[in-house]
Amino acid sequence: MKFAIIVFPGSNCDVDFYHAFKDGFGVDIEYVWHDTENIDEFDCIILPGGFSYGDYLRCGAVAGFSKVMEAVRHHAEKGKLLVGVCNGFQILTEMRLLPGALVRNQNLKFICNTVGIKVENNQTPFTNKCEKGQILNIPIAHGEGNYVADAETLKKLKEKGQILFTYSDNPNGSLLNIAGVCNEQGNVMGMMPHPERAYESILGNEDGRLILQSIIAFLQGGWKNE
Amino acid sequence: MSKPYEEVGLIQEEYNKILEYLDREPNELELNMYGVMWSEHCSYKHSRALFKHFPTTGKRVLQGPGENAGIVDIGDNLGIAMKIESHNHPSAIEPYQGAATGVGGIIRDIFAMGARPIALLNSLRFGEIEKSDRVKYLLEGVVEGIAGYGNCIGIPTVGGEVSFNASYNGNPLVNAMCVGVIEHDKIHRGNASGVGNSIMYVGAATGRDGMGGASFASVELTEESEEKRSAVQVGDPFMEKLLIEACLELLETGSIVGIQDLGAAGLTSACCETATRGEGGMEIDVLKVPRREKGMLPVEVMISESQERMVLIVEKGREAEVTEIVERWGLHAVIIGKVTDNGRLIVKEGDKVVGDMPAFSLDASGAPKYYKDYEVPEYYKEVKNFSSEEINEPEDYNQTMLEMLKSPNIASKEWIYKQYDHMVRTNTVVKPGSDAAVLRIRGTKKGIALTTDCNSRYCYLNPKEGSKIAVAEAARNIIASGGKPIAITDGLNFGNPNKPDRYWQFRESIIGIGEACRELDTPVISGNVSLYNETEMQAIHPTPIIGMVGVLEDVEKNCTIDFKEEGDVIILLGETKDEIGGSEYLARIHGLEKGEIPFLNFALEKKVQKFVLETIEDELLQSAHDLSEGGMAIALIEGCMNRTLGANINIETKLRKDVVLFSESQSRFIITVKPSLVKEVEDRLIKQKIPYTLLGKVAGEALTITINQEEVINMPIKQIEDTWRGALKCLMG
Repeated sequence: MKFAIIVFPGSNCDVDFYHAFKDGFGVDIEYVWHDTENIDEFDCIILPGGFSYGDYLRCGAVAGFSKVMEAVRHHAEKGKLLVGVCNGFQILTEMRLLPGALVRNQNLKFICNTVGIKVENNQTPFTNKCEKGQILNIPIAHGEGNYVADAETLKKLKEKGQILFTYSDNPNGSLLNIAGVCNEQGNVMGMMPHPERAYESILGNEDGRLILQSIIAFLQGGWKNE
Repeated sequence: MSKPYEEVGLIQEEYNKILEYLDREPNELELNMYGVMWSEHCSYKHSRALFKHFPTTGKRVLQGPGENAGIVDIGDNLGIAMKIESHNHPSAIEPYQGAATGVGGIIRDIFAMGARPIALLNSLRFGEIEKSDRVKYLLEGVVEGIAGYGNCIGIPTVGGEVSFNASYNGNPLVNAMCVGVIEHDKIHRGNASGVGNSIMYVGAATGRDGMGGASFASVELTEESEEKRSAVQVGDPFMEKLLIEACLELLETGSIVGIQDLGAAGLTSACCETATRGEGGMEIDVLKVPRREKGMLPVEVMISESQERMVLIVEKGREAEVTEIVERWGLHAVIIGKVTDNGRLIVKEGDKVVGDMPAFSLDASGAPKYYKDYEVPEYYKEVKNFSSEEINEPEDYNQTMLEMLKSPNIASKEWIYKQYDHMVRTNTVVKPGSDAAVLRIRGTKKGIALTTDCNSRYCYLNPKEGSKIAVAEAARNIIASGGKPIAITDGLNFGNPNKPDRYWQFRESIIGIGEACRELDTPVISGNVSLYNETEMQAIHPTPIIGMVGVLEDVEKNCTIDFKEEGDVIILLGETKDEIGGSEYLARIHGLEKGEIPFLNFALEKKVQKFVLETIEDELLQSAHDLSEGGMAIALIEGCMNRTLGANINIETKLRKDVVLFSESQSRFIITVKPSLVKEVEDRLIKQKIPYTLLGKVAGEALTITINQEEVINMPIKQIEDTWRGALKCLMG
């Protein structure tokens, strides 16, 4: 089981993910520079938060064109796990690997806070250690986390169980209170909240561990989708 | 018509000094270089003479003032680099970019030492927000600018403070502080050593932005200041992020002899300062400097304050190695000159020499140094005339409490700090909203506590004593968080030093800080001076901001201000006296800014601080909170919030009720203790001869305060919390 964190110029949460997986669970994890071509050896790819390429165009728009991203796309097409958090989620929607888009928060301000998110579907590689309906307290830190999609997409997301997390108290205006979604195949997940910021008690919160543990359990074969 | 030297902000006698140094008339380039370098902002010409009052050494000090940042030892071969810097005038004109580039500049000072920046704080002062839309606009812009830069670059903004006072109506203060961590043997300095070594330029291209910013910062703000927008720089945090990573990687290679950021006065200051600290001379070619636009004159290249640029002094022969690393980060590095030992700073445009000056003469070591006249201001004696007998006691204390909570100085600053990413890098153990921020130092058991503090109303009413209190209160913030205070950086914001009454405030304040730092064993390791903070209308209140760092040997033993459990016993440490002079209560409720400020007794202060730190380290306390603006009443309320726990307080006193509740007597803390540990805590208090009062217990969902058997306050925490959390948000719409 091998994890990779893709590092773009402007990635900030790469280090946080590294420590969360390495110090929190002792898993094998590496940084992968944005111009790498071959990522076949990895079982799970993480696109971390931050401001890739400064996010001067649209958030995540430029990162999708990095050299490594062709390989990331193939990785996902093969059904392997791909996780985007915050800026990583924005990148995944820009690449159309996940539906919808993330736009400016409703109050037009950057928001850093710890919020409650509800687990809507626990039958996924990313949530199998959570209870359905469980509220996790997870930090958010974003200016553009307001999830939007057309009515048809939203309907489909709902029907297919692709909505993984919803906000208990919507901080940013996201439609259907969406905090995280996966693709139809269930191997690509994006979420705005940062589970990697809530992995140990000294940070005041360990709820994020459940999400990281779910991924590890899935890769260890400890969980199968029924 | 004004004289050419006046155009660059110099006076006749300073011009004469230039003639002496050069033995001829300066050309336009040279005159402009002297103009920016001899501005207060760069030369500290009015303040250097006073710095002798500061203690700047100590067994923990690895780097004192005079470098890009100071460094203090925290053990485990690690040091903490820190510095605070002002960006007041740019922020008054263009709040977003002014504040953003203030953050960018201070971060460069930290990684220029070789340290990895790990935290940002900021100390802000604005005018009367309840009365002015302009002030709201400034606050909104400044906060967005700080957020925009800090969030993007991925360094958490973990703390700071903001307060509001009419004296800042035309001249807000924006002081940004950055803190970094560094291994002892990796400290770098801004030295241009080794004759023949190359001067390399890295980072953003040079444009016409920020022309003469240092000079602009060294005059009073006027109606025409808006026209100086071109003196405000524009920030690019993404570029700076790349610059940090590239520079820290370069410093690991051993190819870098010296490193300096391009801040105030741009290339001019970077060249003359590194030359003066090194071999004494340097030769650079302005044509080699990457430019953003065509047709820039040598003088524009030399004094531009474009952001995100660094100068490296590279060991001769290793330039290609530097280029390779820099390019991997998507940046460019070019050789713009070389180190010499002839004592001259020579500026060339191609083969043509366009400027030739003794390098040291530009630098602070050659700049004029003034001992100014000072006189006690007229207001000083008048404002002392006050006794609490002059004011009426409030009739409804619940109402008074709500009014206090609505004061923007007391109200929650959530609206501000929730716009800052304070958690990125997952080291923030105690988040904004407590007395001090606490960060863990990864790879060790240690933590650091960080705070900024200054009660400028006190400093106005009594600059010397008020400045001592600023240091003592910063220390109390650190102590209440479980940290041992070890050093300060100071952001000295004052009015025009050419006015003897302002200079008196400045001088008194420095003497006060020096005394307090000696008493509390917290040397001054870096700092910044910002003078001329005044408009045609008025000067700001003297505002010496104290940025302090403390160390926690075991970060798990940190402490916070909020009450933890029902039944815990609430104890007040220290003595409450009739000291409402200069208090927030007097200003907010009675509209008075006067009186003798509280008396600070260092003997008691040190005793109480030592007690609190020891009991936290021995895990005897559930919470600790120092008493400041709003006194005991507000400190109690702040303890109730967060966990929505009430408290029942019972006080017997000979003082007036409003005095008991709102006096700001110094050296006081509120602590809470588990019932089973109260005896142990009391025994220690008695043994150490520390005055204390058992106030009551954590209980219920309301705060009740009974004074001499009369219940004066009974408020549900929910109501208190809504008012307190909502006040600033409500003002900002």
